[in-house]
Amino acid sequence: MGQILKVDNINVYYGAIHAIKGISFEVNEGEVVTLIGANGAGKSTTLQTVSGLLRSRTGSIEFNGEDLAKIPPHLVVRKGLAQVPEGRRIFQQMSVEENLEMGAYTRDKSELEGDLEMVFKQFPRLLERRRQIAGTLSGGEQQMLAIGRALMSHPKLLMLDEPSMGLAPILVEQIFDIIRQLNEAGTTILLVEQNAQMALSVAHRAYVLETGKITLSGTGKELAESDQVRKAYLGG
Amino acid sequence: MEFLSYLISGISLGSVYAIIALGYTMVYGIAKMLNFAHGDVIMVGGYISLTAMLSMNLPPIVAVLLAMVVCTVLGVIIEGLAYKPLRSAPSLAVLITAIGVSYFLQNSALLVWGANPKSYTPVIEGAMKIFDGKLSISYISLLTMASCIVIMIVLTLFINKTQLGKAMRACSEDKGAAMLMGINVNRTISVTFAIGSALAAIAGVLLCSSYTSLMPTTGSMPGIKAFTAAVFGGIGSIPGAFLGGILLGIIESMAKAYISTQLANSIVFAVLILTLLIRPAGLLGKYVPEKV
Repeated sequence: MGQILKVDNINVYYGAIHAIKGISFEVNEGEVVTLIGANGAGKSTTLQTVSGLLRSRTGSIEFNGEDLAKIPPHLVVRKGLAQVPEGRRIFQQMSVEENLEMGAYTRDKSELEGDLEMVFKQFPRLLERRRQIAGTLSGGEQQMLAIGRALMSHPKLLMLDEPSMGLAPILVEQIFDIIRQLNEAGTTILLVEQNAQMALSVAHRAYVLETGKITLSGTGKELAESDQVRKAYLGG
Repeated sequence: MEFLSYLISGISLGSVYAIIALGYTMVYGIAKMLNFAHGDVIMVGGYISLTAMLSMNLPPIVAVLLAMVVCTVLGVIIEGLAYKPLRSAPSLAVLITAIGVSYFLQNSALLVWGANPKSYTPVIEGAMKIFDGKLSISYISLLTMASCIVIMIVLTLFINKTQLGKAMRACSEDKGAAMLMGINVNRTISVTFAIGSALAAIAGVLLCSSYTSLMPTTGSMPGIKAFTAAVFGGIGSIPGAFLGGILLGIIESMAKAYISTQLANSIVFAVLILTLLIRPAGLLGKYVPEKV
């Protein structure tokens, strides 16, 4: 199992606010790694920095041995890194199929049909709603579409930002089942979640983020059993 | 018969507004900015095509193509030099820059082509007579209306069917998400400016062929009216620009014919204000409430 992502000492600022204070972590091929932490801890900021939407002032972000620091965000996905952004951010006024097509923007057009089939097999609901305008989908369906859209680029590493946000408990279960399935099928996953319990249940390894710093790390099981995490994030 | 003739001239004028409004609305949809220099690109298109026909003796069709090429390049340069550095600046800064670019283009034209109005040679002359010669429709009117319909169809197909067109829609909804898809947002914005400017060149040729006079401020009033048309129809909406343009042309022509030539412009803008009072997002625009 080789290392796929290595984030080393990144510092990110929003104007004068120091949001990420020297974070380092890594993701190995085949793993599910999760970053957990409270609202405002810097989880989403970290993911956005990895995909190039935000820039770090220091350190490096190595993906498959290549430094991403100087690569513009629209080229990052070509390297094999896809992000399902927080709040899903699907293209509301475009159809389900068009959203998926946008996910395959960097792919060869001749492979579109096959890629669509792959996603529709994973998410049969999307096939039923293929021509529907994405904004009219339910929250769970929109999350499926956001994940399906990211899968269209055949990522080596899939980054999910709060996939459970705003979903009913039953749908949260479904989304985490999907994450498990995707990982079993060979996709490496970096997951950011506020729902620590669910996240730790699927993760091989986990990092705890507090106000821009990593304060704890270990296997998913270790952290789920740690007193500190139980008190802070798992409700006792 | 008189009414029909006014109606046709209104639709023809409206077609020019619609072609210009398409440029406004596409740029607004994607870059979220009002390019007030758009009207002056029309004027540049007029001068380039006139120079090509008179001084270089090129056939009209070649002159039109040349004007389109020059305006496309001009549009992309304006975007790259003046607007791109302001991509994350407040929208007021971009708006003022656009007004600055507008004056820059007008004054450059003043330097190059002088202040005196030049008489424009229509790209096509003559008229078609129907109903025993009672109704005469100039070929330039027919050409204008046909161009508008063709442009509208091609643009709609482009936006809905091609990958680049879909990427434009994606950018107009959410630039960050579009980047995550691998879409080069800057390039997409440049392409939008290129298309809008090429359309402005066509509008310039059609407008000057109908009104046969050209000076550095020629683009300014039609530019503002086309902007009005775009807002009237619902800014950001392509069918809205088309509908707004045509309606505005008809209202203007009818107001000139039946009310007062002097008041025509006031009536046009009064209609806009009334429409916006009732439908703030324009005729076909979607009212999107601010998310909290």
